[in-house]
Amino acid sequence: MTKPPFELVVAHHGATVLRVCTAIVGSNDAEDAWSETFLAALRAYPTLADGANLEAWLVRIAHNQAVDLIRRQSRQRAVSEVLANQPASDPPTPPSSAAAALARLSPRQRQAVAYHHLADLPYAEVAQIIGGTPAAARRAAADGIARLRRLIPEEES
Amino acid sequence: MTDLFFTMPDNPAVLERLTAGLGDRAAAAGLLDIAYRTVDSPIGSLLVAATQAGVVAVGFESEGHDQVLQRLADRLSPRILQAPSRLEEAARQLEAYFEHRLSHFDVPVDLVLSSGFRREVLSRLREVAFGSTVSYAELAALSGNPKASRAVGSACATNPIPIIVPCHRVVRSDGSLGGYLGGLDAKRYLLGLEAQPAALTGLAT
Repeated sequence: MTKPPFELVVAHHGATVLRVCTAIVGSNDAEDAWSETFLAALRAYPTLADGANLEAWLVRIAHNQAVDLIRRQSRQRAVSEVLANQPASDPPTPPSSAAAALARLSPRQRQAVAYHHLADLPYAEVAQIIGGTPAAARRAAADGIARLRRLIPEEES
Repeated sequence: MTDLFFTMPDNPAVLERLTAGLGDRAAAAGLLDIAYRTVDSPIGSLLVAATQAGVVAVGFESEGHDQVLQRLADRLSPRILQAPSRLEEAARQLEAYFEHRLSHFDVPVDLVLSSGFRREVLSRLREVAFGSTVSYAELAALSGNPKASRAVGSACATNPIPIIVPCHRVVRSDGSLGGYLGGLDAKRYLLGLEAQPAALTGLAT
């Protein structure tokens, strides 16, 4: 019935969570998403079942944080569009080619690729996080990868 | 094959900055049950941990800092992060103590890890002054139970906050050192440090 000190959880999984956050919300918001993910995880940590899969748990929290963040941003964008009476411009910082390519996938494809290929979660876990069946999660990831294959050479040329 | 195709570069500098800032952010959000940091000392690296009430543990390098943290996780809470700001004052005082510039620790302590008579012994122990020693029997009397020197021995042996709660100042009635969690060399070092004349070292009292 023993849980490691939370510091060790951050040390072991911090890099993966940062990769996943960068993939699903983009480089500009990844740092906020990372901190919010670990704060939410810290809040829930004492009640987490012993022996739970920490990486899957953290990716699920990161996913929820990202969904919240995107919802907040689209609300803000809607408000600023009304105020300025024109569409808000895109983020000014040019993201890395991988992040730029990911941003052009559908959210579902992007999530499936991030959770399976960057966090190494099996499709059964991915499906639990993004909804649908494991087979559908596999398909979303495969479609995402196929699209990335077409996008990334363009981005780099 | 696809697994090798798609990767995302790591960013160690960003990760380090985020990790370092997490403890203080968690503390500000009221989520941090135990903050810790390490302090270098002449008797090895010390792990200093604090709850929101005060310093709850000081661990010697010889005990293994990881083991000390795991024990805190098991007994108090696993919500543990490095968070230097909560421990700034305790670290400053420990450094001053080892430089012979401080004779009395003035930081809140949290004795939650000790209960009953042991807790009483540790509270009395805080009143034993820098540079003096007390025997197990004397400390038993001070704690209100003159016959309990054996229990005083185990209270000292399990003192979770050594140095700040000065169990090194407890010796046997015959003048021999008795035991010490951090090792007898450490106990000898601390007693030697406190025995140095203040005039030579500029100790402020």
